[in-house]
Amino acid sequence: MQFWATVLLDGLTYASYLFIVSLGLTIIFGVMKILNVAHGSFYAWGAYTAAFAIGFITDNELSEALFLPAILISAILVGVVLGYIIERFILRKMYNQDIHLIVLATFGVFLIFEDLIIITFGVDPYLPYQPAMMLGWVDIVGLNRGVYQLTLILLASIVAFACWYGLTKTKWGKLLQSVIYDREISVAMGIDVTKVYVVTFIGGAILGALGGAYVAPTTSVSPGFAIDLVVLSFAVVVIGGMGSIPGALIGSLIVGILRAFAVHQAPILELFVVFAVMAIVLIIRPEGLFAPPKPRKI
Amino acid sequence: MEIKIFNKTTKIASASMLVASCLFAGAAMAKDSVKVGVVSFLTGPAAGVFGVPAKQGAQIVIDAINNGTMPAPYNTQGFAGAKMNPVFSDESGGGTKQVGLFRDFVEKQKVDAMIGYISSGNCMAIGPIADELKMLTVFSTCGTPRLYEEKLRSHVFRTQANAVGDSLAAARYIVDMYPNEKNYTGINQNYAWGQDSYKFFELGMKQMSPDSKGSDKPQFPKLFVGQYGTEISALSLDKAKVVHSSFWNGDIEAFTLQAMVRGFFQKKIFVSSVGGSAVDALGKKFPDGIVMGTRGNVGLLARDNKDPLNLWFIGEYKKRFNALPLGPSYQYARSILAYKFAMDKAMKKAGKFPTQDQVIAAMKNIKFKSFTETISMARGGGHQAVHSVGYGLTKYNKKGKTPGAEKVKMYGPECIYPPAGTKSEDWINAGMPGAKCK
Repeated sequence: MQFWATVLLDGLTYASYLFIVSLGLTIIFGVMKILNVAHGSFYAWGAYTAAFAIGFITDNELSEALFLPAILISAILVGVVLGYIIERFILRKMYNQDIHLIVLATFGVFLIFEDLIIITFGVDPYLPYQPAMMLGWVDIVGLNRGVYQLTLILLASIVAFACWYGLTKTKWGKLLQSVIYDREISVAMGIDVTKVYVVTFIGGAILGALGGAYVAPTTSVSPGFAIDLVVLSFAVVVIGGMGSIPGALIGSLIVGILRAFAVHQAPILELFVVFAVMAIVLIIRPEGLFAPPKPRKI
Repeated sequence: MEIKIFNKTTKIASASMLVASCLFAGAAMAKDSVKVGVVSFLTGPAAGVFGVPAKQGAQIVIDAINNGTMPAPYNTQGFAGAKMNPVFSDESGGGTKQVGLFRDFVEKQKVDAMIGYISSGNCMAIGPIADELKMLTVFSTCGTPRLYEEKLRSHVFRTQANAVGDSLAAARYIVDMYPNEKNYTGINQNYAWGQDSYKFFELGMKQMSPDSKGSDKPQFPKLFVGQYGTEISALSLDKAKVVHSSFWNGDIEAFTLQAMVRGFFQKKIFVSSVGGSAVDALGKKFPDGIVMGTRGNVGLLARDNKDPLNLWFIGEYKKRFNALPLGPSYQYARSILAYKFAMDKAMKKAGKFPTQDQVIAAMKNIKFKSFTETISMARGGGHQAVHSVGYGLTKYNKKGKTPGAEKVKMYGPECIYPPAGTKSEDWINAGMPGAKCK
């Protein structure tokens, strides 16, 4: 009982972390058909900005209650600023280019932003542990759990719900679905696709930054720490289906829980299981488990 | 007649060339500077707590030697009289990239020597190339024993002892301090350094405490992965109380943070062979009572050492960088010391500025004074250093507001390294014959 509960909780925590980041990636792909390698930059900048804000609060002995707002504001700030800059000045000039060129461009942006991090924040690691320490731990099935890490599950649930609600119950969501389904028809119907693109890209960027900002208090924020996450997020998106929001959720859960099981039972297979599942999905259903249907154009 | 003229002309030309070549040779002998590539992580997760402090340690010693302000026994100016012109380079990017950069240093930049390298993976990649290109290379930090146990090297030296001693000293400390703990496990990075470190810890525990038992599920997460929640759960559920780790860079800090908020260290005896950087980074938040090593008598464990050279180094480091030197700062600084020692020795023997071959010959089997002890290049055919390795329990010094350690035990090289020419694994499996431990 303890074993299975632990695996489940570990898997859920890890899946939550992956979901928040890969959701942004998949939304951007779904709407804009851009495989955004620079997504890792949003994550890294979110983490650094949050670390800086937490450090500022701590150094100036401000209220600990400011930690959470600081994390959320950092994510929004990074998402809006970087998202807008990248969309407006790079991607908008490339929408009619070959998809491979756009991937290369976003890869270049990722490398540039990695260097900008070093220029801005230096190479010393940031350890913004205060929010995680502040919340302490609880005993769940005989094992201590950091409360802060558990709130990640709550955050992911809120993000998933907000996403579902936004897409299905709001006018903006319906516009977005329309663009996902067919860009040309959307334009013909009078939808301002450029505006949809900007909002989508900034929204995706905020999600990427939120992942980094929220994880920052549990880790050592140092240059290059986003690279592994980008690779794992791609695995999640490929498993779930490029551009599918339920796919990102299910993909994250599959990766999180399988990885947790492997770490507990056969640690050497930790990464193998993730990429083995990805390979199997690619063989059986190359478009991913929940890829949105593509209209056949005549 | 024509022949005579030709002969006369030839004689004059030959004489001129002889004089010119002597003049040029004389100029080469009186070398003003040596160009040395110094490689450490300057970007990426290993930069902040490893690569940059390593570079800073090297910088202090290079500048002091160039200016002739280094204390004895290194108080003569220069390296065989020549000033060192260091070219600092980034170690990140993996073995393939580093091999390319190494070739560039040798073939295009025409360096006189290469010093540095932190990652064991990079050392394993660079070692064969250094021999192939015949470039004197002094590794400073990397620890995999495979470097010399798989093959002796002609042009490669390592002034840092290998991981075998770090792991055996950790096992000795556990047996000495926690004799009743019989179950152990580990969490180590999944590459040469991490795998070797745990393997030798496990072999050591089997020999020193025959009734001890290793977990069948030691953890080997990928390098720089940063998230260890699941691993911490798995280690917590494991009945083993002793947890060995050779995590370094941002990984040890991330692991410590994530384990701390789960009360992990209150339940386990955590043995970190190289976690000193995290102790300094977290300061008073770092838990007391962690079994901590620094890969030698350096960094955290050398803070109270009163050796004049050590006091000078700590003082200079604080003055220049407003921080205390970490393990890698010492490791890089002592590679520079070894290079100077060999250069001066070779010059003394040759009576002129030494050639690379003369420096290599001089460096073999040397015993050179380092900051806290004399280090012998007594293994790997005289190319591999051995030195003592210490462990202690972390204890924050509230009065001095500095991280420190208590119950420190130092294990000498004769206790934790096999005799020259013997493979570590064979020696440990044979019961470590001849080991002398106080």
